[in-house]
Amino acid sequence: MSTAALLLIADGRFPAGGHAHSGGMEAAIRAGRVTGPATLAAFCSGRLHTAGLTAAALAAAACGGCDPCDLDEAADARTPSPALRATARRLGRQLLRAARATWPAPHLDAVAAEHPGGLHQPVVLGLAARAVGLAPRDAALAAAHEAAGGPAFAAVRLLGLDPFDATAVLARLAPDLDRVADRATAAAAAVPRHGTDALPAASAPLLDITAEAHATWPVRLFAS
Amino acid sequence: MHLDHHETYPTRHTCTLRPDGTRRALRIGLGGPVGSGKTATVAALCRELRDSLSIAVVTNDIYTREDADFLLRNAVLPAERITAVETGACPHTAIRDDISANLEAVEELEDRTGPLDLIFVESGGDNLTATFSTGLVDAQVFVIDVAAGDDIPRKGGPGVTTADLLVVNKTDLAPHVGSDLAAMARDARAQRGDLPVAFTSLTAPGGIGPVVDWVRGRLAAWTAAHPAGVGA
Repeated sequence: MSTAALLLIADGRFPAGGHAHSGGMEAAIRAGRVTGPATLAAFCSGRLHTAGLTAAALAAAACGGCDPCDLDEAADARTPSPALRATARRLGRQLLRAARATWPAPHLDAVAAEHPGGLHQPVVLGLAARAVGLAPRDAALAAAHEAAGGPAFAAVRLLGLDPFDATAVLARLAPDLDRVADRATAAAAAVPRHGTDALPAASAPLLDITAEAHATWPVRLFAS
Repeated sequence: MHLDHHETYPTRHTCTLRPDGTRRALRIGLGGPVGSGKTATVAALCRELRDSLSIAVVTNDIYTREDADFLLRNAVLPAERITAVETGACPHTAIRDDISANLEAVEELEDRTGPLDLIFVESGGDNLTATFSTGLVDAQVFVIDVAAGDDIPRKGGPGVTTADLLVVNKTDLAPHVGSDLAAMARDARAQRGDLPVAFTSLTAPGGIGPVVDWVRGRLAAWTAAHPAGVGA
């Protein structure tokens, strides 16, 4: 299918609720761990190679036709923070709404009917990519792009960071995005034979811990 | 892959009927600059209408829950009828460009507390260009106040010129801040043509009256246009 569909689904302006989430950036800034371009690069790289890799593999597997329920369970098992599970399902519901409105498809309608509480967002991303005829690696790349790009743009809002610096950080991560997408796609290809245990379970414990704390803040700008 | 037929596309994900065939609530958005009295307007509307209508409120705060907590503290509605949507520092994005979180919130409120007659969706204080998506609300109110300057109607902007109702609030302050209400009315008419303008002073008894009347009118039109009622 066309590259244009991938550009649309990976665009930060695709109306699926992502703009209200910082991917852990708000907590990292409050803790003083991200203060400028260098620390932003470290954060984005870390998130890409951990939570981003896991999300990319889930997306690739869903796009490749693996069972969404199995993948959602696998996502739960790889998401120890209840707050992040709730966020992933909320974003999954919002993405499913946007995808169904944009690219009507019977299998998306079926997922919505069977899972009113929502599936993890990367799983829905893969299903949406499948609806547009994209390949698993496209879905993985979109998930990886989001894993690094979401926090970077949140940092622009939160720190008043130079947007050119933030975008340059993402540009320098491009080769890493390709490698993560390749690894994720290879892992996803093994799921039909080996089950979801073949999927990577890379995690960033600090993101899990700070997500739990962030969810209890009385005053915050981002939902997560 | 196939695309929607054009005639069904716009309403399918903001449908007028709920899944069980009942009519969904009328959704009214309230936007406007910081401090103009949006939350106070919502609170006054709820007090006036809650005895005769089933109402819920969605707030879009800049900081989490400020406006929702104000409504809760003032006990204008039970807590389960008020939901705060977090907007990632951009309320205008959440009410216009990416409405998915707000659509979820209004549907959750209807599922949890419905059937409802009316849902107010309040934007966090924003600038003069903030407007609601027609995919989210059926009608929108833009609230400004006389103390922020009587030249706001003359300046215009999408909120002032296109909102279904323009509310000019805090008229009781006009003599103290030197605002010319007649000029504001004249400028608003020039910008808005036949679209209505309500002048309010929420400190006076019944001060919300003109807005209440407008809301009741919109609700009557909505009910007439979508006759599938509760249990139908």
